[in-house]
Amino acid sequence: MKSQIMAGGALLASALLLTACGTSGGGGGGGEGGMPTELGETEGAVSILAWPGYVEDGSNDPSVDWVSGFEDETGCQVTVKTFGTSDEALNLMKSGEYDVVSASGDASLRLVAAGDVAPVNVDLLKNYAGIFDFLKNQSWNSVDGQPYGVPHGYGANLLMWNTDVFPGGLDSWSAVFDGAGEHSGQVTAYDSPIYIADAAVYLMATQPDLGIENPYALDADQLAAAVDLLKAQRQHIGEYWSDYLKEIQAFETGDSVVGTTWQVIQNSITTGNTEVVLPKEGATGWSDTWMISSQSQHPNCAYAWLDWIASPEVNATATAYFGEAPSSQEACNFRDDCEAYHAGDADYASQIWYWSTPIPECLDGRTDVQCTDYAAWTAAWQEIKG
Amino acid sequence: MSTVKAVRTAVPHPRGTAARRLSVALSARPRTRLGLLLSAPLLWLGLVYIAALAALLITAFWTTDTFTGQVRTEWTLDNIVAVVTGSLYHTVTLRTLGIAVLVTVVDIVIALPIAFFMAKVASPRLRYALVIAVLMPLWASYLVKAYAWRSVLSEGGIVDWALRPFGLEGPGYGLPAVIMTLAYLWLPYVILPIFAGLERVPDSLLEASGDLGAKAGRTFFQVVLPILTPSIIAGAIFSFSLSLGDYITVNIVGGANQLLGNLVYTNIGTANNLPLAAAVALIPVVIMSIFLLAVRRTGALDNL
Repeated sequence: MKSQIMAGGALLASALLLTACGTSGGGGGGGEGGMPTELGETEGAVSILAWPGYVEDGSNDPSVDWVSGFEDETGCQVTVKTFGTSDEALNLMKSGEYDVVSASGDASLRLVAAGDVAPVNVDLLKNYAGIFDFLKNQSWNSVDGQPYGVPHGYGANLLMWNTDVFPGGLDSWSAVFDGAGEHSGQVTAYDSPIYIADAAVYLMATQPDLGIENPYALDADQLAAAVDLLKAQRQHIGEYWSDYLKEIQAFETGDSVVGTTWQVIQNSITTGNTEVVLPKEGATGWSDTWMISSQSQHPNCAYAWLDWIASPEVNATATAYFGEAPSSQEACNFRDDCEAYHAGDADYASQIWYWSTPIPECLDGRTDVQCTDYAAWTAAWQEIKG
Repeated sequence: MSTVKAVRTAVPHPRGTAARRLSVALSARPRTRLGLLLSAPLLWLGLVYIAALAALLITAFWTTDTFTGQVRTEWTLDNIVAVVTGSLYHTVTLRTLGIAVLVTVVDIVIALPIAFFMAKVASPRLRYALVIAVLMPLWASYLVKAYAWRSVLSEGGIVDWALRPFGLEGPGYGLPAVIMTLAYLWLPYVILPIFAGLERVPDSLLEASGDLGAKAGRTFFQVVLPILTPSIIAGAIFSFSLSLGDYITVNIVGGANQLLGNLVYTNIGTANNLPLAAAVALIPVVIMSIFLLAVRRTGALDNL
């Protein structure tokens, strides 16, 4: 009996030991890694965590390749892993296995706060100067004036529909909210708590009484209204998507006929019976930043990648492939569709509600009320899916 | 070299090597022998099974920094309370239980006649062919099979096409699709124990039952089924426990539905809330513990 108790104790101790790794006893991270002041020899390899379509080496489509040139020039062999949601990226970055990440605004600040990414010395990047000023030193890519990465591109979450089902076209999100019942079971939506902001954007236009000023700054009542809207939508959802390949397939087979999407999905659909629009209510969107891991084993290759992807021609190729606006005016020399994306139009860019992490201090400046944070959004999202 | 000497050395006297001394020492101490024999597998079992479960249990009592997603080692019962009292978890637990039960029932209903045919009707050669056929799907990846069902059940897929002449439509993606896919995935695990159980039912019993005037149905329910119950439960343990933890199939063919596995997955992957995920993961552990305790009396565990 005594030996059994001892064995149990030993197991418990080893379990505690195992779980003690990778946790913190209170207090956030906030690792303040020193910034390099000059670059050394490249390390021969770089591991990149990116949105689908951001790092194409020709393996998906031989004519789409902006990685081989980088490998030839710098000698850094690129390995890439893609992710479907910002939360997934955040989780993967914690492993410390990736040198570089393309972070959207709903992940970037959390990465900084967790100490997973390091500040970037932008003086070491010769292409940083050409980037649009309205993308630099924004709340989602810098802290106290210190840049934490290089802007990549920006765009909006669009409304996609099947042209056989909607021959007249669509111009409003009502097709997936109030009008979703007309195609019950064939509506799709993005599977992430951040999608609550899409409902908030719609409510800003349809229920001004709620007083929503910023879809990422919702007090408890406003969140409840958005949750009600999404719960009603849930009855008509065929499936949620976070894997963009799944959405491509669902629209190609007709399992989904209307829902939120990215331009790159529209570009990838081969059946040709879908269209996209930026609806009249406005839209959520993203402004992405290339960031460097604070635990990077290949910092020189990481800086080389940041400089390479910010160079006008590569940035133009990559952002055109994904279907978003590039980060610099010079990049437009390599694209003929900059007009369509309103590249460089600071006013237009300000009308997209870029993904941002909801925090208790209201982002719209209200001080008389506490806003709901991302944990509340996550709980609400699970509640919505039921 | 004389022949006498050769004969003498044919059975050499054991020399006092280290291995020999160890063997002599162990032969006198059976408990030490057993301890050494079992220590490696027990260490493995302890580390991999028990320690991992203990770690899970402990994590459920910690909390997480919601902004950065880092686990904090502050003791709290909040996660357990949230899981026990939250209506979301009740709904999803019931849904998952329902799916697991239905999948198990469907599997048993399909497996019984197949196993009976294999064990009692088929010729030995056909029997081996059927065993291989039942095992064959296990050679393909789980994901491949789930995605195959996704295309089978999609709009205009094979199911739609086959039902259209009758004026019907396929079930599309949703819970029925999840049940069909899971029942397909776990079927081999249910057929094999039932087949093994049936092989142990002597033919003479069936013949005696027939000679005494019982019809096929009565022979099955009063002779075969009582002998077979432990085997059926053994198969049910597989399909039930595997269904209880599944989250991939429901992601692929389940439409907008979520099961317990999805809650665990999203709490780790999306919410970065490992403690809450651990608390949710305890639900299937509790359900399986109750289930196993209940079936232990039937002797089913001897048939695994």
